[in-house]
Amino acid sequence: MSIDLSQFIPSFLEESFEGLELMESSLLTLQQGDDDSINAIFRAAHSIKGGAGTFGFNHVTEFTHLVETLLDEMRNGQRNIVQPEVELLLVSVDCLRFLIKAIRDEEPCENSKIAETAKLLEFALQKQEIEAAVTTNHEITSDNSQAFSTWLITFIPEPHLVQTGNDPLLLFNALAELGEVSLEADCKELPSLLGLDAETLHLTWTLSLKTSVNEDEIKEVFEWVEDECQLSITQQKSDSAENKLVSSPLVEEAVKAPQIKAVPSPVVVNSPEKSTQKSKSETGSIRVGVDKVDSLINLVGELVITQSMLSELGNDFEMSKLTRLTNGLEQLLQNTKELQESVMRIRMLPISFVFNRFPRLVHDLSKKTDKEVTLVINGEQTELDKTVMEQIGDPLVHLVRNAVDHGIESKETRIANGKSEVGTITLAAYHQGGNVVIEINDDGGGIDRQAVFDKAVEKGLVDTSNTLNESQVFDLIFEPGFSTAKELSDISGRGVGMDVVKKNIQSLGGRIQVQSEQGKGSQFKVYLPLTLAILDGQLVKVGREVYIIPLITIVESLQVKEQLINRVSGDMVLYRLREDNVPIIPIYQLFDIPADNKELSNALLVVVEADGQKVGLMVDDLLAQQQVVVKSLNDNYQQVEGISGATILGDGSVAMILDVPGMITMALKRAQRQQSNEKASKKKIETEVLA
Amino acid sequence: MSKILVVDDSNSIRDMVSFTLKSAGYETVEAKDGQDGLAKAKTNNFDLVISDVNMPIMDGIALCGELRKLAPFKFTPILMLTTESSTDMKMRGKSAGATGWLVKPFNPEKLLATIKRVIR
Amino acid sequence: MNIQSLVDEVPVEGEYSMEGIDFISSGEQFLTFLLAQEQYAVNILCVEEIRSWENPTKIPNAPHYVKGVINMRGIIVPIIDLRLKFDIGEAIYCETTVVVVLTVVNDDKSRTIGFVVDAVSDVLNAEENEIKKAPAFGGCVPQEYIAGLVNVAENVVTVLNVVALQTIEAHQLD
Repeated sequence: MSIDLSQFIPSFLEESFEGLELMESSLLTLQQGDDDSINAIFRAAHSIKGGAGTFGFNHVTEFTHLVETLLDEMRNGQRNIVQPEVELLLVSVDCLRFLIKAIRDEEPCENSKIAETAKLLEFALQKQEIEAAVTTNHEITSDNSQAFSTWLITFIPEPHLVQTGNDPLLLFNALAELGEVSLEADCKELPSLLGLDAETLHLTWTLSLKTSVNEDEIKEVFEWVEDECQLSITQQKSDSAENKLVSSPLVEEAVKAPQIKAVPSPVVVNSPEKSTQKSKSETGSIRVGVDKVDSLINLVGELVITQSMLSELGNDFEMSKLTRLTNGLEQLLQNTKELQESVMRIRMLPISFVFNRFPRLVHDLSKKTDKEVTLVINGEQTELDKTVMEQIGDPLVHLVRNAVDHGIESKETRIANGKSEVGTITLAAYHQGGNVVIEINDDGGGIDRQAVFDKAVEKGLVDTSNTLNESQVFDLIFEPGFSTAKELSDISGRGVGMDVVKKNIQSLGGRIQVQSEQGKGSQFKVYLPLTLAILDGQLVKVGREVYIIPLITIVESLQVKEQLINRVSGDMVLYRLREDNVPIIPIYQLFDIPADNKELSNALLVVVEADGQKVGLMVDDLLAQQQVVVKSLNDNYQQVEGISGATILGDGSVAMILDVPGMITMALKRAQRQQSNEKASKKKIETEVLA
Repeated sequence: MSKILVVDDSNSIRDMVSFTLKSAGYETVEAKDGQDGLAKAKTNNFDLVISDVNMPIMDGIALCGELRKLAPFKFTPILMLTTESSTDMKMRGKSAGATGWLVKPFNPEKLLATIKRVIR
Repeated sequence: MNIQSLVDEVPVEGEYSMEGIDFISSGEQFLTFLLAQEQYAVNILCVEEIRSWENPTKIPNAPHYVKGVINMRGIIVPIIDLRLKFDIGEAIYCETTVVVVLTVVNDDKSRTIGFVVDAVSDVLNAEENEIKKAPAFGGCVPQEYIAGLVNVAENVVTVLNVVALQTIEAHQLD
């Protein structure tokens, strides 16, 4: 029977990633004398080595063996825990991560760094240790080329052999698997019935085995008991000397090693182990806590009850049952809502999965930049959607890198400014409204507002005449190709970062905001939706089209009052909303569709906010508010400007979901183009006139 | 049907061993460390215990010692899963009362063949 | 025992027929449809569904031949009017107007798009050697969309390359 174990490999890989994480976080804080930690680190490495060996990943086994040996010496007290070696171990963890990833992604695992690190490990171990850690299996091969031979085996066990759990009869069975066995028991030492002790062996045996296997394999059968017996295995010269030894029934009885069994107790149903939700790999799997599954099961149960109740009502419906029907539907709504929430929670995982890579990152970065930086993490239990989490990692890394590289000043500068030598970066996550908010704060030098403005002018992004408020200036750093770093540092500052960060965050349906105070520090806030899949939306009508505006972006809706409309510099129309002047975007114009009402004077305005800016969207009618399931247009079509997705309404028709920031950008671009067109045509007229 | 207790802190190894044994018709119960294994042993009877050595909370050697103190487990075969085959390991195992050992890595066929020495 | 007579009895691929039913055992099958009065065809394996025309939801600022999207069993499917795309005939929408929904799998990614045509015709069976290369000039349909031409009776059927059809040009930014 050949058993296929490849189904367990993904589980092993996942486990290994977890083990590596544990190793890394423990190594970062490891101190001499910290026994628990060093043992935990050792065990993690040991498990990875064992598993890798079982599944045949020899390169991993070999590498891990070096790591494990080093760790073993540390935990035994043979070796002191010193920083350079901890650093080496950290690098080794990286190497292992690479190797495991390579296995998971089926990519080549050759890497000079790994070979280098392995050499360093060997050097650290300072001995000629490196035999392959894989102990060879004793394969029971039947070598057909070898002729059969007969072996005479005498087996004289010590009387207490059975107390180790070994059973001679079973050993003989195992022997019988190797060939033909006949045996004879020696009952000389057998006491009388009264003297029989159930826990001791009173017999010895002589066996004859005809087999084609070699002596080592015969010995192997007895390997567990070799210290508790006298064993001799001799090969018989002649093949024909078969001792047909017959064992008598009396002997067989006594041979059975008595196993004292207690009265079988009823099998206890163990409380379900809470498997923690850990899913670091980007495979399509997720581990869910049993409590979430149970809650789902309960809710589905309730749904089933409601359904059968409604079904019954529907059978002989009469108007008199109307109230019950409405109640039933209300109940159905409730059940569906709860079920939906419950299901969504399954995709939610604590943000710690993303945050846990940062201690290491900050540690490495601070060494690289020769700065002292501590990282404070808050709210790592805040949950967010798995997909969002997988994609928010890279942008966050960039922001943290930024903070270390550009935010935190050098030690000298900090001291000169009366700050502590050690800079602090705070990573925080919390829920607010319908969002997850992630903050990256640093107590560094802040963003130089003037430098940003100047650079923007230099790049032609803004006019010198443009008056921008503070947050708008800071928003400029998200423009493509923008970087004020005087030298392009290796870490960041290549100018390809921030705009990609913003784009990534927006593609997740989120937004990013920055605040900064010169000399004090900067604060980046990333807002992300709790879930990508479902959205609370306001349905609006423009002409014949129905659009959905994300409720979270809506500030208010109002009927336009003519006197509050102001036209400014050409086509821009502003609406006075208390103290703000809010630009109006006529959707029909932006989307080039017919509308019922093109007159601004009695239009309906939905004031929305995005990227710190308010605009008023002009619509024909306000329809219902409802929760919609977001479907991407990208699957079968492509990204559409101004549209973040589509949904299927209750009547089966498709409605587009508006991407407010995108629409603002569209409107801006259009206005700018219009402006430059006007300028150009003006110029043309002027030159024509002159001619 | 013979019942086997499988103790190992590695999920994938535990799953693998359990799966192998089940394919051969054995019944299995799993535990994730020595303490868990001991708890399960107190409420179940097993024909064989297979345990890893390196585990948190209570390691395999300690588990073996504790099991031997329980009446039903006085003669139950207990096999240690280990990556080393050093004499030192064998001695420690033996003094704790272990029946035998299995060196990792092993293949499923080898596992099944080997346990036949101590279980029907 | 005459071997030759036995051989003669063995059915030859493509020739086996049973009571008037022709087993098509070689070549490929195509769905033919009309654009204006001309015949076109696509590999039938790509045809997911044939739907009657329904008004789709508009996509803002889309090219004129992209009519919008519809809901097909929960999937958002874009609708492209081939008559507009290739500028053939008139794009009228009546009872016989039909949407041929094609699904193509490319590199693990699957794409489903519906194409508006005037009417659907028969299923055509054609061997690979029957599909001839199209001349490099003339015709409203650009070269890259044509897989070849097939002669059916007196007519010529233009076989379209579905993968090319499904390639959507990058959204034009105005």
